[in-house]
Amino acid sequence: MNIVLNGVTVAIKSPPLASLLTVLREELNVTSTKVGCEQGGCGACTALVNGKPQRTCLTPIAAVDGASVTTVEGLGDSDHLTAVQQSFVNHYAAQCGFCTPAMIIAATAYLEGNGSSDREEIEEALKGHTCRCTGYQKIVSAVAAAVAETTFDLTVTTPSPNTVIKSGGQT
Amino acid sequence: MSVDVLIPETTDAAVEAFGDGTDITVIAGGTIVMQLLNYRRITVSKAMLLNKAGLSYLRQSDSTWTVGAMTPLSDLLGMFSPLGACAANVADHEVQYQATIGGNLCAPTPPEHPSGDLQGPLIALGATVRSVGAGGERTDGVEEFLASRAGRLVLDISFETPQAGAFAALDRPHTRHFTALAVSGVKSGDTVRLAATGVGPVGVRLLSAEAAAGDPEAAGNAALADAVLRDDALASAWYRERTLPSLVARVLNEIKEAS
Ligand SMILES: Cc1cc2nc3c(=O)[nH]c(=O)nc-3n(C[C@H](O)[C@H](O)[C@H](O)COP(=O)(O)OP(=O)(O)OC[C@H]3O[C@@H](n4cnc5c(N)ncnc54)[C@H](O)[C@@H]3O)c2cc1C
Ligand code: FES
Ligand code: FES
Repeated sequence: MNIVLNGVTVAIKSPPLASLLTVLREELNVTSTKVGCEQGGCGACTALVNGKPQRTCLTPIAAVDGASVTTVEGLGDSDHLTAVQQSFVNHYAAQCGFCTPAMIIAATAYLEGNGSSDREEIEEALKGHTCRCTGYQKIVSAVAAAVAETTFDLTVTTPSPNTVIKSGGQT
Repeated sequence: MSVDVLIPETTDAAVEAFGDGTDITVIAGGTIVMQLLNYRRITVSKAMLLNKAGLSYLRQSDSTWTVGAMTPLSDLLGMFSPLGACAANVADHEVQYQATIGGNLCAPTPPEHPSGDLQGPLIALGATVRSVGAGGERTDGVEEFLASRAGRLVLDISFETPQAGAFAALDRPHTRHFTALAVSGVKSGDTVRLAATGVGPVGVRLLSAEAAAGDPEAAGNAALADAVLRDDALASAWYRERTLPSLVARVLNEIKEAS
């Protein structure tokens, strides 16, 4: 088995019913996908599978053999943040940060699907994600601002100028 | 313990691998099975993943729809009520991409809560279920299927476009896994079919309520005779007894307005 993780093909040795979450964290050392509930309810383990947000805790690795998997590590790094990442910084949308990688993944998919800056639509798009800290308002503001500010190319998994938002977002 | 995992690449291969279903765990979207595995609530010696078995399709021929067992709920969202509305009420958008109609119909029923919200709309639609297993292929009404689903592999589900339909459910805080109580109704010609989920281990047809369908309030009260209400992790029997009549009346009023 293999997956294309953040643009790089990697072979998988874990058993076929291991969850994608376990494979990412324990075999591949990709720890942005968090172990929350392992019941699909908190959203903290979400990654993009073939471009769609998916609960990695509910996904047997054998079901995604050959698939493209994008985690937040594949979106940008501290020098080249994507629009959504930069907007989360600008809007103080993280406190403890546990939910943040998956929130950014879900928001990235929302932008990629031409989501609008309407707060209710953003709340609907993120409703599978629990945040214990922020009260959600700043997260929704960050996503709304990212929608307004960005040209965003999800197909680029290594940061390029296209995936970078210039500073100057609302603070 | 090592697990034998089969990933058939055609429907025929899936049917053959399933055989009479002995000791085989079917994994569709995995949104229920993986929870059970994660919490070690089931052990699996042989599993069959259906994601490549060619069972994800939505076909329409005149007014007849046939939905492959692996069709994700996200593909049902735009459909008529009660089916589309019920699918939209399940979980959240991300789970809807992964969760399938076959997995919902076959959702196991743990003691803590009801399961399989789509069973309600499918009973109300008078849907039929094509399955294989011991004795070969069979096509059953949803209630008959639910009563004898052990050892069956669902291939697809068929139903007619209704003249009018409606769905009403209790609000669900956050992404609770199942709806505490929901009612579906479908009008075809002069008849109205009603069904509920959250009133027993599987979806139930509300025959007494159907008989009184001309008067929504009376039908709501009559529905109590069709249901065995219990306390569970989502709601008390007391609460369900007070809310079932109003959901039935709401569905019947919506159907009246729509037709
Ligand atoms: C956060 C969250 C919220 C949820 N909310 C709801 C909700 O509101 N309402 C609701 O109804 N459900 C809910 N669920 C449960 C679940 O997502 C759905 O019921 C879903 O439709 C199950 O489909 P699946 O393909 O993922 O099933 P799977 O987990 O793959 O399978 C479920 C069961 O069906 C069997 N099975 C699957 N396909 C077949 C087949 N073709 N033939 C025979 N047996 C089969 C499996 O062996 C298993 O026993 C929720 C789940 C999560 C994680
Ligand atoms: S850990 Fe996967 S949804 Fe909570
Ligand atoms: S920032 Fe702490 S859970 Fe969201």
